[in-house]
Amino acid sequence: MRSLWRTIGRGTLRDIALVCLADALVGASFGAIAVSGGLPPWAPVAMSLLVFAGGAQFAALGVVLAGGDPLAAVASGLVLNARLLPFGFAVADALGGRLATRLPGAHLITDEVVAFVLARHGTRARRVTFWTCGLALFASWNLAVAGGALAGGAVGDVAALGLDAAFPAVLLALALPALRERVTRRAALYGTAAALAATPFLPAGLPVLLSLGGLAVPGSRPAAGRRGPGARPE
Amino acid sequence: MPLLAIAVLAAGTYAFRLAGPLLRDRVEVPGRLRRLLPAATAVLLTALAVTAALTEDGGFAGWARPAGVLAAGVLALRRAPFPVVVVAATAVTAALRLCGVP
Repeated sequence: MRSLWRTIGRGTLRDIALVCLADALVGASFGAIAVSGGLPPWAPVAMSLLVFAGGAQFAALGVVLAGGDPLAAVASGLVLNARLLPFGFAVADALGGRLATRLPGAHLITDEVVAFVLARHGTRARRVTFWTCGLALFASWNLAVAGGALAGGAVGDVAALGLDAAFPAVLLALALPALRERVTRRAALYGTAAALAATPFLPAGLPVLLSLGGLAVPGSRPAAGRRGPGARPE
Repeated sequence: MPLLAIAVLAAGTYAFRLAGPLLRDRVEVPGRLRRLLPAATAVLLTALAVTAALTEDGGFAGWARPAGVLAAGVLALRRAPFPVVVVAATAVTAALRLCGVP
């Protein structure tokens, strides 16, 4: 434990714990929203264990609760999770070299873990951060979803509790540090505007992918050679 | 949500996650693309946060939710702890709905 303390640092460990707590609140809201929307409690629990991606879970749940086709729910979840493909390359070194660690480790790749790992330098620090953050998030997210699903029937009206605001709030808090950089902020602004404009016309999930077009707008692309987080090869 | 749909979503998601860790040694990610990744992540997260805050079923979600998320954003900018940010978002949204704001 002491070496863990030293490698990650007290500040980062505290940040990881706080993100786990925040995600637990979001997970509880996911479970409660699913069950109060008429799904059996095992559905949000199974989804959280097997999919383990908050954004896709909420997107798929939204389609199902709106009476949409399960196929559309799967499609919107997959489109949203396409970002995990580049994420996987970005943090691949942090999973460890052996197949036995890469196979289970891959399942732990999430927005939060990537944000923490990209902020660390040095293979050992990245590796310890990845596994600590990944396992802690997996445990807290799934326990919270199960708790929310069990309580969901009793809670009644989840909208009255404002639970639907928890998920976008935690995403925004994750994105804000990177938005301090002017170029990134501009790309996010253009991309988000495009996503919002497309939302009424495109199937759920696609507008968010469209936002990547914001990176192509002149003046919103990170300059070559800039040393941002993750810019260093190793 | 049928179990089959959950299984397909889970399998596809795992494939996205596994490609990088498995192929990294064989496929070289171009430096340009690698430099773009942090910015691309921030852009996707922002777009997802804003569309989730403002829209529902392709339409406007009402004022209560975006107001709660806005309050959370202000707190996050002031470096409030994550749980405080989340609780503030739900509390503001719930309070507005209690007052009759949709």
